[in-house]
Amino acid sequence: MPTDPVRAIVGEDATREVYETVYRQLGLDRPMWEQFFVYLRDVASFDFGTSIRTGQPVLQDIVHVLPATIELATFAILFGAGVGIPLGVLAAVKKDRWQDQLIRIFSLMGHSMPIFWTGMIGLLIFYAALGWVGGSGRMSQFYIGLVPERTNFLLIDSALAGEWEVFRSALNHIVLPASLLGYSSSAYITRMTRSFMLDQLGQEYVTTARVKGLSRRQTVWRHAFGNIRVQLVTIVALAYGALLEGAVLIETVFAWPGFGQYLTSNLLIGDMNAVMTCVLIVGVIFIALNILSDLLYRIFDPRTR
Amino acid sequence: MTSDPILDVQGLSLRYPGAAEPAVRGVSFTLGRERLGIVGESGSGKSTVGRAIMKLLPDAEMSAERMRFEGVDLLRASEAQMLKLRGARMSMILQDPKYSLNPIRRCGDQVAEAYRTHVRCSKRAAHDKAVAMLAAVQIRDPERVYGLYPHEVSGGMGQRIMIAMMLLTDPDLVIADEPTSALDVTVRLQVLKILDDLVKERGIGLIMISHDLNLVRNFCDRVLIMYAGRVVETLDARDLDRATHPYTRGLLAAQPRIGGPRAPLPVLQRDPSWTMEAPA
Amino acid sequence: MSETTPAAETRRRRPQSLIAAGNILRFLAKTPTSAFGLLVLAVLILTALFAPLIATHDPYLQDLTNTLAPPDSAHLFGTDELGRDIFSRLVHGSRITLTIIFLVTIVVGPLGLLVGTVAGYFGGKTDVALMRVTDIFLSFPSLILSLAFVAALGPSLNNAIIAISLTAWPPIARLARAETMTFRSADYIAAARLQGASPARIIWKSIVPMCLPSVLIRLTLNMATVILTAAGLGFLGLGAQPPMPEWGAMIATGRRYMIDSWWLVTFPGLAILSVSLAFNLLGDGLRDALDPKQMMKR
Repeated sequence: MPTDPVRAIVGEDATREVYETVYRQLGLDRPMWEQFFVYLRDVASFDFGTSIRTGQPVLQDIVHVLPATIELATFAILFGAGVGIPLGVLAAVKKDRWQDQLIRIFSLMGHSMPIFWTGMIGLLIFYAALGWVGGSGRMSQFYIGLVPERTNFLLIDSALAGEWEVFRSALNHIVLPASLLGYSSSAYITRMTRSFMLDQLGQEYVTTARVKGLSRRQTVWRHAFGNIRVQLVTIVALAYGALLEGAVLIETVFAWPGFGQYLTSNLLIGDMNAVMTCVLIVGVIFIALNILSDLLYRIFDPRTR
Repeated sequence: MTSDPILDVQGLSLRYPGAAEPAVRGVSFTLGRERLGIVGESGSGKSTVGRAIMKLLPDAEMSAERMRFEGVDLLRASEAQMLKLRGARMSMILQDPKYSLNPIRRCGDQVAEAYRTHVRCSKRAAHDKAVAMLAAVQIRDPERVYGLYPHEVSGGMGQRIMIAMMLLTDPDLVIADEPTSALDVTVRLQVLKILDDLVKERGIGLIMISHDLNLVRNFCDRVLIMYAGRVVETLDARDLDRATHPYTRGLLAAQPRIGGPRAPLPVLQRDPSWTMEAPA
Repeated sequence: MSETTPAAETRRRRPQSLIAAGNILRFLAKTPTSAFGLLVLAVLILTALFAPLIATHDPYLQDLTNTLAPPDSAHLFGTDELGRDIFSRLVHGSRITLTIIFLVTIVVGPLGLLVGTVAGYFGGKTDVALMRVTDIFLSFPSLILSLAFVAALGPSLNNAIIAISLTAWPPIARLARAETMTFRSADYIAAARLQGASPARIIWKSIVPMCLPSVLIRLTLNMATVILTAAGLGFLGLGAQPPMPEWGAMIATGRRYMIDSWWLVTFPGLAILSVSLAFNLLGDGLRDALDPKQMMKR
């Protein structure tokens, strides 16, 4: 497995002269600090270099693969929050009862599963044995190239083109990886929701609501839930960022042509331009999510206005 | 006292889950259209009595010989029945508006919610009703206050909003749990006066829970003195000086008085036998 | 008298920490879920210690006449594509898992403690500088950062451990800093300073021991993530290299045959799952047994 970028370009059988030339072309003969500053200068002007593997500008590659991952991660977070938040609220309301224990074990399981393994087992059961869902990839082989690429979000593109067959196929393929990914992130969401909710249920305004004659359920959803919404937004944003991590592994299992697969395949051949850019982009996404959750904070909490 | 009591409690006992000792033991009293004070130090179980009456402590072990509220047997009342009672026929004013109002909802909406929970009506009608009630607790610009968030109002204003919320549905029983302890001394009397006027005017039975003997003496008709979960003495407020129980006497003696002797105030001497005694 | 004092002192101090540890253990054993976690970890350690005795076959021994055999009495969990006994490979793989846990702990613990206590004790610019670095590390998902490190260092088990350690210290540093900040102004620290103790001595003798318990708990909590990350790296071919019986790598090679031979991926996955679940259950119990608020923080 070569991680020498020069070897990756010239191949194993290249002569010494060819190797040396490429070595110099890549600037690898310069001192480390100089290489670093050259890189910083390029990045500052949005020049992320060219991928050795694909021969295309890295940025162009990423624009191509990132939507696939965002599509997957968005479905996953919808699932994760959709399952995690109600379970967390239920666990808090039923604290220390059997429901709470069951939810705790369910969510710790999700937290403990190696996602790449769960993916395979999922494929074995739901695709190979039961045939409920589509297999690897974003859609059936049959449809590839049928839909014009506009946004690179397959569900949007196929809907725009009116190709509902493709849309169905895409949906069929995204369900399994997204729900497995979502399950793994729901663990964190459930736990945090539970602890936030417990905090709120001990507050006096909850008693006020009960005194007014609201039922426990109304109190939880109309009063307490509003107060944890703010914190939940932060948690879900963090979980969304963490999904990118799970995406790296699950994309490999599901042959999902997304960001994670792009990153790992470039890693294995030492395509450092691509790798560095990917890591940078993940960092940028994290920061963006943080800023976004800060903004939402201000919308949901009157005290911060 | 009027003929039929609003509330009749006999032998109420309650133990919190996991606690070794019951928080309330064998408390008995009746309440008519009057103002009853429950006085005691912190931990004496006085707040627990209030919450037990509203059945807000589902996890606690509760027992009583009798607990009736206007013909409803509270002991046997289901949660569904309690939902119809709470906020409509009985309600409770909590201590500190800083914590007892939901911080992310407008004050007025919270008041209106009390009405809409029990009366089927349009949003507009509930809004009008709430604004009128805010005016009744002497809030000068009720329309403006309706739209404020709890952190934007003062403590005294917050407590008036709380009173408005709890009296809006014309309940027959109001439990006021330390309604003025969290307020500045300067606004205490004003808030109490508002509460007192409304209670008198509407003929509400009021239970005032407090640790402040003077306050209870001035605002209540009768006083229960609680110690360690028991009622040690029941008195008419004006007879407070003639209390016989050593605990009550001790409490009274520990009050500073303007123009009183300058000697250090006596420290309350506790007697373990008080917790054994049968309720007075 | 003067000779007996230090001995008496240690005798007095020892039992105290032992009693505390005993109390915690007793609490954990009483909760069924954390008791299960403890049990699994005990099994893991014993398996690793006595691997050669437990394993039924040589984990590296190939038998090309008996490849991809389903589980039976001779091969409890079946054989892989080279006819190696999967059960024996799993048993020996537990040693690799334990090695990872051990090495990550002894790298991450001291590193996190050092950065955290120094930042917390000195405060000011030192604190700002160290915490900025910590924040940068924290702002990347740990797997992706580990991937980048392994790419730079080259794929191998040792490099994977280094990469995981490099990404696992920031939460520890954060925690140690927060703890240090609360002790910094305590009277006994001031007393030590007045006696002329150097900062290094104060940190080592007075602050580190105080931070140690919470750091150890935090390490336990993070261990599940460490195991999953290590397995993930192994799966991507960036961790332990074949023919090592690392569980993640076993899943990666088994993947090719998984449709017909389910046992190739199922058993290593269950092994990873149970160990990381054990750490999570244990951590959950510890969180309940000790200060709950602090442990929630990242």
